[in-house]
Amino acid sequence: MAEISQTGWFAVRRELSPRGKWMLGIGSFLLPVLVWCVVSYVPFVWHPQVLITQPGSVDYFQPGMRVDKAVFADELDHARETHAALPAGVSANPVYLPAPHEVLRAFYTAFTTPPASQDGVWLHQSLWHSIQIIFWGFVVSSLIGVPLGIVCGTYSVLARLQEPFFEFFRYLPAPAFGALMVAVLGIYDAPKIAIIVIGTLFQQVLIIANTTRKLEYGLLEAAMTLGTTRLKLLTHVVVPGILPDLYRDQRILLGWAWTYLIVAELVGTSSGITWYITQQARYQHFDNVYAAIMMIGIIGLGTDLVLAFLGRKLFPWDRTLKA
Amino acid sequence: MFNPQTVPDYLLQSDAVRSRFERLKAREPILEVRNLTKRFVTPQGEHTALADVSFTTHRREFVCVIGPSGCGKSTLIRILAGLETQTSGEVRVNGKTVRGPGADRGMVFQGYTLFPWLTVKKNVMFGLRMNGQGNTQAEREALQWLDLVGLEKFANAYPHQLSGGMKQRVAIARALANRPGILLMDEPFGALDAQTRAKMQAHLLDIWRNVDITIFFITHDLDEAIFLADRILVLKAHPGEVQELIEVPVPRPRSYAQFNTPEFLATRARLDALIHPPAQEEPEDEARVRPHMIRLTDVNDTVE
Repeated sequence: MAEISQTGWFAVRRELSPRGKWMLGIGSFLLPVLVWCVVSYVPFVWHPQVLITQPGSVDYFQPGMRVDKAVFADELDHARETHAALPAGVSANPVYLPAPHEVLRAFYTAFTTPPASQDGVWLHQSLWHSIQIIFWGFVVSSLIGVPLGIVCGTYSVLARLQEPFFEFFRYLPAPAFGALMVAVLGIYDAPKIAIIVIGTLFQQVLIIANTTRKLEYGLLEAAMTLGTTRLKLLTHVVVPGILPDLYRDQRILLGWAWTYLIVAELVGTSSGITWYITQQARYQHFDNVYAAIMMIGIIGLGTDLVLAFLGRKLFPWDRTLKA
Repeated sequence: MFNPQTVPDYLLQSDAVRSRFERLKAREPILEVRNLTKRFVTPQGEHTALADVSFTTHRREFVCVIGPSGCGKSTLIRILAGLETQTSGEVRVNGKTVRGPGADRGMVFQGYTLFPWLTVKKNVMFGLRMNGQGNTQAEREALQWLDLVGLEKFANAYPHQLSGGMKQRVAIARALANRPGILLMDEPFGALDAQTRAKMQAHLLDIWRNVDITIFFITHDLDEAIFLADRILVLKAHPGEVQELIEVPVPRPRSYAQFNTPEFLATRARLDALIHPPAQEEPEDEARVRPHMIRLTDVNDTVE
């Protein structure tokens, strides 16, 4: 009978060493970067276009222009037949796929390049504006959603009174409320925050109510037999009991809020990182576009890592956080 | 030979045991259960979990409840704790009718139910704090109770760092810290291994001897019931009714050496007869499981 080896790379659910975890984690980033490098730097991989260096006799070619390989070959043949000056060029990727080093450079130059127009904003100002929108959207949503979720998870009557409607409402796409929110709240930051709240709140209440319901009922019973009053049951058993899970939920929901950022910022007057990205795309500065998109990812992942680290310090009794 | 109606062995009590029971019954009743009935409505129709259960427990008595599965022992203890309400009948503790959970009845659950976010000490302090005691006073008392269960060294540990037996000790300390009149225990040692369980039984008897507490203890282990109890309440299933309230004739103080004494064996035989009657009808859901054994090894390769 064939035996399954439980050592080596493909052992099922193998416990990894801390060093192995780090290495693989870094590898998860290196792999896509490697693919990107291969596509960008190895000339015979993809490179469907030709970057013109010498227009030669082709009147519409200009240095720095990108044309499809087939067009370039056509023109080259044509020039050869007519014994005119030959155009020259190097194979290149389309303008929307800059090479890694260009994006890397853009990370730096994006912060040092002054805004194009006089009333424009610097990149760091755009980013800060976006972070503020996320922050306030998430705070407003949590101020309503967390208490409501906990109360609904504890009292079935309240849960039933809100849940069917919230289940319905969470399917309504938040961006659909854009125009409405502008009409109600004006064109500046308020409708953007409102979009994030609409996108987050309804999920938040349902998720937190569910988390609250997962609290072992035996703990509530034990507390009751110890003489705990109904109000103290909520503050001294339910809330501390679900706190680690609640924290985890909030981390996931914060990620959710980030995904609504771009649509939210398109509402009313475009602002923040979205405005920056659309501006740069308009001028075909795709290296800046990639850099800006990656900055969102870095900020998001960074906050999540910090929050995860804090969680381990805050909840020493929690076993699941260690995983 | 003189009396054709011989008294069953388990009813024979030595003088010392008889006088103990007389003294016990002279104590004031702490728990009175009268005509307790509990019916559930299930999709299959109405189900009677408890039918007309009545008994009285005296102060500092140790009562064990046993019965086959489905006899409603858990329902009974949950009603006593106030976690469930009865359909009819009355439960009185110290003369007061039970209307819900309260600090006058402590409870220890099979699943420990320690608060994982609190240290051992804070777990024991929980009831005291909930009942309005100050922090320092509660802490001092909690440490005394931890000392009593032998866990003062673990005061600042979290529950997940303790073994099952230690967790249950904390749960007992937490329940006792409130100074309840009755300690309700719902199969508290059911999840422990045999060795730990034996230790916990001896320890519980020690606590009971030294603390003013009445213990109402549910178990499905017949030996455990005889070893611990003054009286054993035997329930029968479908519906849950009191079958017999047995006065355990084994003298106190108890020790494991008594497991082979005639009184112990006689009581054990009686309980066996009550819980596993000879021609017992199988409960419906059990009856559906009929293993059909086929020979899957060489016919001559026998192991017995």
